Amino acid sequence: MNVVVCAKQIPDPAEPGKLEADNTLDRSGKLILDESDSYGVEMALQLVDAAGGGEVTLVSMAPNGETGGLRTALAMGADKAILVSDDALSGAGALDTAKVLAAAIKRAEPDLVLAGTESSDGYTGTVPEQIAALLGVSSITFAKHIEVDGDTVKVHRQTEAGYDEVETTTPAVVSVTAGVVEPRYPSFKGIMAAKSKPVEQLTLADLGIDPSTVGAAGAGQEIVSVEDAPEREAGEIVEDDGEGHAKIVAFLENLKVI
Amino acid sequence: MALNRIWVYAEATDGTVAPTTLELLSKARELAGTVEAVHGGDASDIAATLGEYGATKVYATGDLQDSLPGVPVASAVAKLIQDGDAPDLLLFATSYEGRDVAARLSVALDKPVITNNTDISVEGDDVIVTEPVFGGTKLVRTRFTTPAPNIALFRPKSFPAEPAGGGAAEVVTIEVPDHGTAKVKNRHVEETTGPKLDEADVVVSGGRGLGEAEKYQMIEELAKLLKGAPGASRAIVDAGWVPYSYQVGQTGKVVKPNVYIAAGISGATQHLVGMKGSKHIIAINKDPEAPIFSVADLGIVGDVHKVLPKLIEALQNR
Repeated sequence: MNVVVCAKQIPDPAEPGKLEADNTLDRSGKLILDESDSYGVEMALQLVDAAGGGEVTLVSMAPNGETGGLRTALAMGADKAILVSDDALSGAGALDTAKVLAAAIKRAEPDLVLAGTESSDGYTGTVPEQIAALLGVSSITFAKHIEVDGDTVKVHRQTEAGYDEVETTTPAVVSVTAGVVEPRYPSFKGIMAAKSKPVEQLTLADLGIDPSTVGAAGAGQEIVSVEDAPEREAGEIVEDDGEGHAKIVAFLENLKVI
Repeated sequence: MALNRIWVYAEATDGTVAPTTLELLSKARELAGTVEAVHGGDASDIAATLGEYGATKVYATGDLQDSLPGVPVASAVAKLIQDGDAPDLLLFATSYEGRDVAARLSVALDKPVITNNTDISVEGDDVIVTEPVFGGTKLVRTRFTTPAPNIALFRPKSFPAEPAGGGAAEVVTIEVPDHGTAKVKNRHVEETTGPKLDEADVVVSGGRGLGEAEKYQMIEELAKLLKGAPGASRAIVDAGWVPYSYQVGQTGKVVKPNVYIAAGISGATQHLVGMKGSKHIIAINKDPEAPIFSVADLGIVGDVHKVLPKLIEALQNR
């Protein structure tokens, strides 16, 4: 079974985010594998293993030919990667991103495509379903458990009230929630092996996509302004001297909550 | 008022319309002369509520026969629009269902989709949406540049829900060209007691600082004493201490209670996004540098294992 995993490479969320002059997110520095996608990578490795063979291919879109995050996923055990990098993609919206990823995914002819439910930087949360629509295949979002039995995909799908058991047939796109599996840490051997695994670098022209239809030129949206949000007024911060709980009781009494 | 007609995607469970749907209908009335709803399912038992909040019509697919809503609803709405019956704007909630349908629809119509918004305005011919970024510290205002209808998704509790007192919405059944192949075989409901997390007046959430899963009992006990709902940070949901339905944050529930108590939660952006709209915030954390204190009205720098038992005892003795 061949599985494609959408692997986003993002600026380190531990660092304060910066904006470019055109108000898009500054992605010029070192990029790392989005933690949300590490679950998809792990799930793919386990599913291929359970199926008795196949390949795990990573698909990513990032500026400047950045492969730092992909190497992490390759070190976990993915076989190869496809990276789409093109200056015309700056300012791309969710639909543009889905168009680019779908075109790249087609080349890998997967049985299953896995993606995080949403990225940790843009968190639009629509890209996996948009990819499925563009590929013309079935999709199940918010998976917390996945099993593949022949050409049937069985998923426990998170709901507001609990979860649903949902089934569909391959090929399909499944988005996975954090916690679907525990991602492995890359081993030293894995890290060394990742250095020589193939990363195919593609441009929009390679995918046959007209640059004027995606990126800032084709996104169908324009940032008007970026403003500071109103801040909350500073509160009272006190060290617990053994009577911290009394402060809370008084606070709640004052609000007439108790 | 530059918009004539807005469609709101209506979600409902067992005949009860989702609060987010009522919020969007209320806002839509301010922006357009005609507000209508679109529903994936049978709308006969929700038409009265939708009408009360301002929808004059509801386009409904009828029973989806256990299909996931993305494919059938998007194909039905796309057909309606392609056949010439198009609104000026489509509003969805940033929910499981809302995102699936909006995503499929954006591909079918080749329109952009902007999610996670908290506000919208119509200025002249422009529709402008506002999305908080960087943990809500910045507000990005974005204008749609493609012709109508555009698609925008909103976080829960972005707008107040106010009834308009209208009569029941007229139910119009729409054709579903494609039912899709993803089918629900079985539904599991996790039983909860007390008020719902996103509707409770008081929310008490626990995080990694509790140390171990068993200590979450203190959170439940405190929530019960305050007639509130227990919540959780993503860290302890991922760790399997509590179900996902407890999660407060960007990928969980957005809550805006009167009082929010965060115990042993450092306040990652992911969490702050889901609770910083609370009216009053109390934080207990042993790290004085924890970001949660930046949004707290009352912050106790201390050990949750010492403060919580005393707090629970004090409340029990009242």
